[in-house]
Amino acid sequence: MIKKFDKKDEESGSGSNPFQHLEKSAVLQEARIFNETPINPRRCLHILTKIIYLLNQGEHFGTTEATEAFFAMTRLFQSNDQTLRRMCYLTIKEMANISEDVIIVTSSLTKDMTGKEDVYRGPAIRALCRITDTTMLQAIERYMKQAIVDKVPSVSSSALVSSLHMVKMSYDVVKRWVNEAQEAASSDNIMVQYHALGLLYHLRKNDRLAVTKMLNKFTKSGLKSPFAYCMLIRIASKLLDETEGGHDSPLFDFIESCLRNKNEMVVYEAASAIVHMPNCTARELAPAVSVLQLFCSSPKAALRYAAVRTLNKVAMKHPSAVTACNLDLENLITDSNRSIATLAITTLLKTGSESSVDRLMKQISSFVSEISDEFKVVVVQAISALCQKYPRKHSVMMNFLSNMLRDDGGFEYKRAIVDCIISIIEENPESKETGLAHLCEFIEDCEHTVLATKILHLLGKEGPRTPQPSKYIRFIFNRVVLESEAVRAAAVSALAKFGAQNDDLLPSVLVLMQRCMMDSDDEVRDRATFYMNVLQQKQKALNAAYIFNGLSVSIPGLEKSLHQYTLEPSEKPFDMKSVPLATTPITEPKTEIAPVATSKLPEKLARSRQDIYQEQLAAIPEFQSLGPLFKSSEPVQLTEAETEYVVRCVKHTFARHMVFQFDCTNTLNDQLLQKVVVQMEPSEAYEVIHYIPAPSLPYSQPGSCYSLVRLPDDDPTAVSCTFSCTMKYLVRDCDPNTGEPDDDGYDDEYVLEDLEVTVADHIQKILKPNFGAAWDEVGDEFEKEETFALASVRTLDEAVGNIISFLGMQPCERSDKVPENKNSHVLFLAGVFRGGHDVLVRARLALADGVTMQVTVRSSEETVVDVILASVG
Amino acid sequence: MDSTSLEPSLYTVKAVFILDNDGNRLLSKYYDPELYPSMKEQKNFERNVFNKTHKADNEIAFLEGMTIVYKSSIDLFFYVVGSAQENELMLMSVLNCMFESLTHILRKNVERRCLLDNMEGVFLVVDEIIDGGVILESDPLQVLQKVNYRADENPLTEQSVAQHLTEKLALTTNVLQSAKEQIKWSILK
Repeated sequence: MIKKFDKKDEESGSGSNPFQHLEKSAVLQEARIFNETPINPRRCLHILTKIIYLLNQGEHFGTTEATEAFFAMTRLFQSNDQTLRRMCYLTIKEMANISEDVIIVTSSLTKDMTGKEDVYRGPAIRALCRITDTTMLQAIERYMKQAIVDKVPSVSSSALVSSLHMVKMSYDVVKRWVNEAQEAASSDNIMVQYHALGLLYHLRKNDRLAVTKMLNKFTKSGLKSPFAYCMLIRIASKLLDETEGGHDSPLFDFIESCLRNKNEMVVYEAASAIVHMPNCTARELAPAVSVLQLFCSSPKAALRYAAVRTLNKVAMKHPSAVTACNLDLENLITDSNRSIATLAITTLLKTGSESSVDRLMKQISSFVSEISDEFKVVVVQAISALCQKYPRKHSVMMNFLSNMLRDDGGFEYKRAIVDCIISIIEENPESKETGLAHLCEFIEDCEHTVLATKILHLLGKEGPRTPQPSKYIRFIFNRVVLESEAVRAAAVSALAKFGAQNDDLLPSVLVLMQRCMMDSDDEVRDRATFYMNVLQQKQKALNAAYIFNGLSVSIPGLEKSLHQYTLEPSEKPFDMKSVPLATTPITEPKTEIAPVATSKLPEKLARSRQDIYQEQLAAIPEFQSLGPLFKSSEPVQLTEAETEYVVRCVKHTFARHMVFQFDCTNTLNDQLLQKVVVQMEPSEAYEVIHYIPAPSLPYSQPGSCYSLVRLPDDDPTAVSCTFSCTMKYLVRDCDPNTGEPDDDGYDDEYVLEDLEVTVADHIQKILKPNFGAAWDEVGDEFEKEETFALASVRTLDEAVGNIISFLGMQPCERSDKVPENKNSHVLFLAGVFRGGHDVLVRARLALADGVTMQVTVRSSEETVVDVILASVG
Repeated sequence: MDSTSLEPSLYTVKAVFILDNDGNRLLSKYYDPELYPSMKEQKNFERNVFNKTHKADNEIAFLEGMTIVYKSSIDLFFYVVGSAQENELMLMSVLNCMFESLTHILRKNVERRCLLDNMEGVFLVVDEIIDGGVILESDPLQVLQKVNYRADENPLTEQSVAQHLTEKLALTTNVLQSAKEQIKWSILK
C-alpha cells in the first residue's frame, strides 16, 4: 500500500500510480477513521478519494459494505473543511444507487443548500436531487423554487439542471416551477439563461403553441449565451420541420440571422440546421455554404472537421452548391487529420469534374491504409456513386477497389467493396471480366463466408455467359476443395450453372460433380446428386426450371404450407402452386450515408409485407376458405390529404376472389365512428359478397374494414373493373378532451374516390435470373404477337416505365435500363398470373416519331396470353 | 440511421474520460445509461478510442458512431464524447474548459503523477463542468472559483524538485559570477 502523503516513498517511483494496488477491503478498513474525533480532514479526504477512484475503476461494492461506508461518511459533515465537504457530495452521488437508506443525509444537504456558504449551496442541491424521489420532492419543493430564482448563478444553475434531470421522474411536480424558470431565463448569467431555456423547453415541448411563444420571446429579446442560441436554433428548426413552415417564416429568418453571430459555435449550428432542412433550395443554402467555406481554413481541427462533414452532406443533395468550395476542399486533402482529408476528398468526388477523378483517387490511395474502417466505407460509397455518374471511369475505380480488397479490413468494409464491384459489373458490361477476375482472386483468400457465397452465386450467374467460361471453373472448384460447408454448397450450385449453359463444359462439370458427391457434408452431397441427375437429362426446360431460375415462393409461406400439409395428410401430392409467391423486394435507390452511427440493433429477418398481410387476413374467419394470398397491391389513397377521414385501400388478390382492405383514420377529435363499412358499386360483373365492418374508430387510431368480392368465373378475361366507394358509419359526438362519447349517434356517409382494379392486380412480379432459359422453358405453344404504336410517348425510358407499371411485371436481365443514345430496346418482363401460370413478355421497342412496340407474350395458359394482349391494346 | 436533426436537449455530453499513456483509465464518466452500460463495454470503447487516437494529435475523431474530441498533455489523454450529430464546437468548449481548469489546479504540471496526487481536485472539476451530461459551466475561471482547490503548496514532485534545483543552480551561478567579478576587479586594481 503506497501512502500518498508519505513524501519519502514518493520520490522512489515517479511513474507509479498511488492508487494502483488499492484493495477495496483495505480502503473500507481505513474508512473507520471517519468515526474518530477530532476528524482529520486530510486523511479522510484521501480515503474518500480512494473510494471514488475505486468506484470509477469499476470495482463492485456490495450493498452492506457500501451502506456501512456511506453511514460512516455522514459523520464527516461535522467538519468544515471545504474540499472534504465537496467530496462528501460526490460520494453521495456516486453511492446513491449502491448504498441503502441514502436519504439519511437529506437534512444535512437541505441545511447546506439553504445555508450561508455559497460554495456549498449549488453542489448540495445537485447531490440532494440525486437521492430524492417523487414523494420527497414535494417536501423540498419550496427550497427548489427559491433556489431556481436565487441571485447566485451557481445555485440557480444547479437547481435548474437538477430539475431537468427530475422531469423524467416527476414531471407533474417540476411542471409547477415554470414561472420560476421563466424568471431565471431573464438572468444576466449566460449559463443560467441556457439552463432555464433547456428546462422550459422540456416542460413545454408537447405544447406547440407555448414553444412558438417562447421562441418569439427569446429570438426578439436576444440572449447572451452561445449555448442558448444553439438550443434556440435547434428548437426553431424542429418547429419548422413539424409545421412544414415555408422558408419565408420568421423562424427561418432567425436561423439565418444566426449565421452572422459573433460566436463560431452559433454560426456553425445555424449553418448545420439550414443544411439539414428538407427541401432547401440552392439559394437558401448559399449563405450557409459560404460560412462553412470560411471554416474550412480555420486553424482549429474540430471546426474544419465540422465544416467539411456538413459540406459532405450538402454535396449529396446539391453538389452544385458546394462547387464554390472546391478550392478550399483541395487544400484539406493534405490535412494531417485523416478524417478531414477523407471527407474532403469524398466531397470533391461528388462535386468535381470527371477530369479530376484520377488525381483524387491517386491522392486518397496514398493514405487509405491510415484511416479507420468507418471512413473507408465512406470512401467506397463515394466511389460507388461516382461510377454511376461517370461510367467511363470504371477501369480506374476497379483498379483502386481491387487494391482495397487486398488490404486488411473488417467485414463491413469488405462487403462495401464487393457490393460496389458487383454494381459496377451490372452497370458496365465491358467491365464484367475484370471485375469477375478481381472477385475470383478475392475468394481465393476470403474469411467471410457470406461474401464468398455471394461471389460464387454471382460467378454462377455471370460466368457462363462470358466469352471464356472455362477459366472460372478452376476458382470455383478450388472452393469445393478448401472451404467450409456453406461455401462448398454454393460452389456446387455455381458449377451446375456452368454445366447447364455450356455444352462443351458439361462433361468436365459432370466429372467434378461426381467428386462432389463424395463430400462429407449432407447439403453439398445432396446438391451435387441433384444437379448431376438434372444435368444428365440434357433437357433445356429442366435446366431452366431447376438450375437457373430456382424457387420463387415465399420461404415463410412455404414453411407454413408444408406444415399445414403434414397436419392434414392427404392422398394428393403437395402442390407448389398453393404456396404464396415471394414478392421481389423493391430496390430503392441507395441513399448514401456519411459517417453515421452504425446501428446497434440486431438485424431482424424482415418478413415481407405480404407475409404480414397473409397472417392478418387468415385471422378473419370469413376469409379462411379463400386459399393462399396471391398478391397485395401498394396502398391507394381514396381521400385527399388533410380531410376529415383518411382512407387508403390495399387490394388483396386470391385465386377466385379479391379482398379490399380499407385502412381508415378518423382525424376529428370530437367524433367516434362505429360500424364503419365501405360500400362498393362495381361497374363490371364483379360481385360483392361480404362486408366486414370496423367496429369502432376513435380519434387518430387507424382501423380496417374489409370487402370481399368474387371475380367473374365465366369470363376470365374480365380483369379490370371500377368500383365507386362510399364509406357508411354511425357517428357519436364526443368530448374532444376526454374522448367520452354521447349516448346516441346518427348514421352518416362519406363519398370516396373510385377504386380501379387493373391487370396488374392479377399478376405477381417474379424475377427470372436467366430470362432466355425461362423463355425456352415455357415454349411457344401459346405464343402470340402484336404490334402497337404508342403515339403519346416520346422517349424509350418513358415507354419502358409505362409498360412496367401497367402490367405490374418484373423486368429481367436489367432490361428496364435503356442505354443512352439508342433508338431501339428490348424489354423482358416476367410474372405469374392469378392461378399460378407463368407469363413472359418480350417487348421490342423502336423510337421513331412516337414509340412502336412489338409485344410477344408466352404463357402456359392461352387465356392469360389473351388477357394480356387485350389489356395492352 | 442518420437522423437528420437533433432533438433539442441540454444533454450534450455522452461521456468524458482521462487515460494515461498506456490507455489505462484514470477517470471516466458515462452520462447516457444506454451507451455502453457495462464496465466491460466502456473499457473496450476506451481501449478502441485510445488505439485510434494516441499516435496522432488530431483533436477530433469519429468512432463507433460517436464524435470524440481529445487533447493530450505529456502522458495524459483527455476525451469528450458526443453523439454523431452533436455540435463539435460545443464538445470542444467542454474539453477546453476541463483542460484549462486542470492546468490551473495542477499548477501547469498536467502529467499523470501530479494528476493522481490531486485526484480529488480532478473529480471536483469534472463535476463542476458537467452534471449528468448537461454542460454546467464552460468558463474555466468560474469552475476554479467554484472548486476552490489548488495543488499542494510544496509538492515534492520531480518537476518541482527540478525547478527547485534550477533555481538553486541559477543562484549559485549568480554567486559565482559576482565572485568572479570581484576577483577580476581586485586584480585589475
